[in-house]
Amino acid sequence: MSRDPLIHELRAIVGKNYLLIEKEDVIVYEQDGSIFQVMPEIVVVPGDVDQVAAVVKAAKRANVPIVPRGSGTGLAGGAVPAEGGIVLSLARLNRILKIDLQNRIALVEPGVINIDVTKAVVRDGYFYAPDPSSQVACSIGGNVANNSGGPHTLAYGVTTNHVLGVEVVLDDGQIVWLGGEVPDTPGYDLCGIFVGSEGTMGIVTKVAVKLMQTRESVRTLLAIFDEMDVATRTVVDITAAGIIPAALEMMDRTTIEAVETGSPVGFPRDAEAVLLVEVEGLLEQTERSMNLARTVCKRNGAREVRVAKDDAERQLLWKGRKGAFGAMGALAPNYYVQDGVVPRSKLPEIMKRVAEISKQYNLRIANVFHAGDGNLHPNILFDMRTPGELDRVIEAGAATLRACIELGGSITGEHGVGLEKKAYIGLLFSTADLEAMSRVRRAFDPDGRFNPAKLFPTPVSCGEMRRQPANIPAGLWI
Amino acid sequence: MNDVAQNQDRSDQPKIAALDLPELYRCVHCGLCLNQCPTYRALRLEPESPRGRIHLVRAAAEGRIELNQRFQDHLYLCLLCRACETACPSGVQYGRIAETAREIIGPPGSNLARAVLTFVFTQLLPYPRRLKLAATLLRLYQRTGLQRVIRPLLPERLRKMESMLPSISPRFFTPDSKTLPAIGARRAKVAMLNGCVMPLMFSDINEATVRVLRRNGCDVVFPSNQSCCGALNVHNGESVAAKQMARRNIDAFLDADVDAVVVNAAGCGAAMKEYDHLLRDDPIYAEKAKRFSSIVKDAAQFLGDLGLVGKFAPLKVTVTYQDPCHLAHGQRVRTQPRNLLKSIPGLELKEMEGSDRCCGSAGIYNITHPEMSQHLLKEKMQAVTATQAEAVIAPNPGCMLQLRYGSQQYGPEVKVYHLMDLLDRSYSEAEVSSSNEA
Repeated sequence: MSRDPLIHELRAIVGKNYLLIEKEDVIVYEQDGSIFQVMPEIVVVPGDVDQVAAVVKAAKRANVPIVPRGSGTGLAGGAVPAEGGIVLSLARLNRILKIDLQNRIALVEPGVINIDVTKAVVRDGYFYAPDPSSQVACSIGGNVANNSGGPHTLAYGVTTNHVLGVEVVLDDGQIVWLGGEVPDTPGYDLCGIFVGSEGTMGIVTKVAVKLMQTRESVRTLLAIFDEMDVATRTVVDITAAGIIPAALEMMDRTTIEAVETGSPVGFPRDAEAVLLVEVEGLLEQTERSMNLARTVCKRNGAREVRVAKDDAERQLLWKGRKGAFGAMGALAPNYYVQDGVVPRSKLPEIMKRVAEISKQYNLRIANVFHAGDGNLHPNILFDMRTPGELDRVIEAGAATLRACIELGGSITGEHGVGLEKKAYIGLLFSTADLEAMSRVRRAFDPDGRFNPAKLFPTPVSCGEMRRQPANIPAGLWI
Repeated sequence: MNDVAQNQDRSDQPKIAALDLPELYRCVHCGLCLNQCPTYRALRLEPESPRGRIHLVRAAAEGRIELNQRFQDHLYLCLLCRACETACPSGVQYGRIAETAREIIGPPGSNLARAVLTFVFTQLLPYPRRLKLAATLLRLYQRTGLQRVIRPLLPERLRKMESMLPSISPRFFTPDSKTLPAIGARRAKVAMLNGCVMPLMFSDINEATVRVLRRNGCDVVFPSNQSCCGALNVHNGESVAAKQMARRNIDAFLDADVDAVVVNAAGCGAAMKEYDHLLRDDPIYAEKAKRFSSIVKDAAQFLGDLGLVGKFAPLKVTVTYQDPCHLAHGQRVRTQPRNLLKSIPGLELKEMEGSDRCCGSAGIYNITHPEMSQHLLKEKMQAVTATQAEAVIAPNPGCMLQLRYGSQQYGPEVKVYHLMDLLDRSYSEAEVSSSNEA
């Protein structure tokens, strides 16, 4: 069927500069931060909520799928248009509409960059807590879709704990509020359902977020280990000692090599693992916790413990940590990251399993992860151009997830299921569970046109997935 | 002209093969560059972002898209400010990808624009005497009243471009062929790049730089065979003349046998530090280029590392510092200029928001892309206004011209100085007051 009438209509809505149909334009929207590629037919970049609603209505009339996209930094293929159709970029909805410090909330549009929320209030002593490693680029809308976490999830929780309400455009173009600007709105927690729905229920156009007050003091240490096993045991011991760090992060030797090659910050290249421990609170309490953490690290056999002496040093440590995924390009042209979770006490065991998997599949794996909440990120390094390598990579990735589940964990901590893990969601949920979830989704999106072919295994019952995606490169389809 | 025509006739096949740069595979598509890119910030469109452009070049190398006008537009809307390189965790050298891609697809714009650019790049910039003649004619045009007669007759677009023409110095800087000796104890011997624009439009800054260097114990020489650095050529897809200029400079400066080649224009310094890359496949010059590039220093970097000596008079002025892109991102020099400023007593440095974001000057970008350039300039002037500074310091001629234009067009009323201007003034005033005391 010709797309011409739809294109004509969309152009009238967003204007010619913000409707992209030429191959030299739309091709850059075929990929997000993951390795999946499917080219959209049409990209629209609306400038306000009314344009979003009009686009959604037009797409419904033409029965074309819509895939929302924020900054395209997602790691699970969530913004990849698996069934073609329209990619709806929310990048231009990037205004901070209101900052209300008395009530400690901010009302923002979905295209606002995560770090810009904090930048807007930091001088007044506030910040927005969820801090994904991509926070200098990722959007609040994308965070809502994926219920994103970050290093400080350990202390503050994930996105859903910081979103009070969302304005959304529903499948028929209606604009409604779910939740509000005050906590605990009565009735079903529809906002809670929306957060983490990965764009399968509608388009978020405004987000009311909580602002937190910055702590009196914050201290960060880097502990350097010659053995991974000692480092993982130290993670368990730090929390067992009664310290609740704001963040507790781990990087292995390969990750350090990537960071130090790509954009060096001074991590020791010869260490097997480093731990980044951050504590915050009242000054006295912070000092006490820091001393205790240092003692635990030393007692367990850390080779060296460096405490950041000022904010600049602290920022540098975090720059290295948060740039770690992006730095993988310094070691290999592609990386495939998994996002499995295990109970913290199982960390020593899972790291041994990951090392075995690396050997078994003959693939380099760089580990950088939120050790404090047992959320792994094994980055499997490879070169897409080597025939057959991707298949091995995907098998190795699946092996890490199976290992996580065997140890009592889960398949995703914060990156979302997207395209990438939909085949594994069945490992966690029964058919009845999935059917129930699918019904919830259909209550919002009866035609299954919002970000189709994501989240649920292919195929699920009741025609959830209308057709097998045709244009995904064979190797990429799990 | 012939070159351009030939380029268009040739089949795209060799171009496609040439686009498959190893550097492309260092990008893992993380997107951390997006929000640092001025054009992405302005338009919020992925094809106008570093990640998008890398994706396009890769798609072109894979034969998935054509090397058509749209592809070219995306590559040339980039300012080449290289803020993305500072942001990139993998250390992707985006500038090299973009410059090589531009070299392969050729200069931008209509056939006429390409012809004019090619003329400037190959017939004017490499020849200091021709350039001086052109500047003399331009000065005549600006000073005889001809400008006032012609300006209103021009069509609007040309009138705008004409108004961007900088005013030519009343006198040109002609360097001495002899060594200008150090004042006080000799600490180093340096050679200076005279440059193409600097001696014609900013002769006083070259003079100031020489004085500051001498006061800091440097013998200063201007090797006579030097030419323009070739940066504008490289940025706009011209490489034949660019390489000629590079080879000529390498010979001229290496012959001078100096400790450092000092450059007071950030764009030129960045380009000269990268001659080793430009000439990497040149069997004769590759090695020499490496040696040359390793001794090129920005004036602020050189003096900051050397440590200033001598007496300063206080300058009671509040300034803000604009990081030239090719100094902060291209050469990773940020602290030395600030430290030098802080060494002037009485001077207060107030940082502006986004001081390392491009002002929109970007070589000839303000002429080829006036709309985007002015958008960025307006934002820059808002940031300057917020600091309430009386002056903006920007150690690069392109930024200085752009910021002066911005001050006239959008306010605030600020002076625009080169860092060497202020250092020289502080030194000179100290000298005057001490001779008065004597």
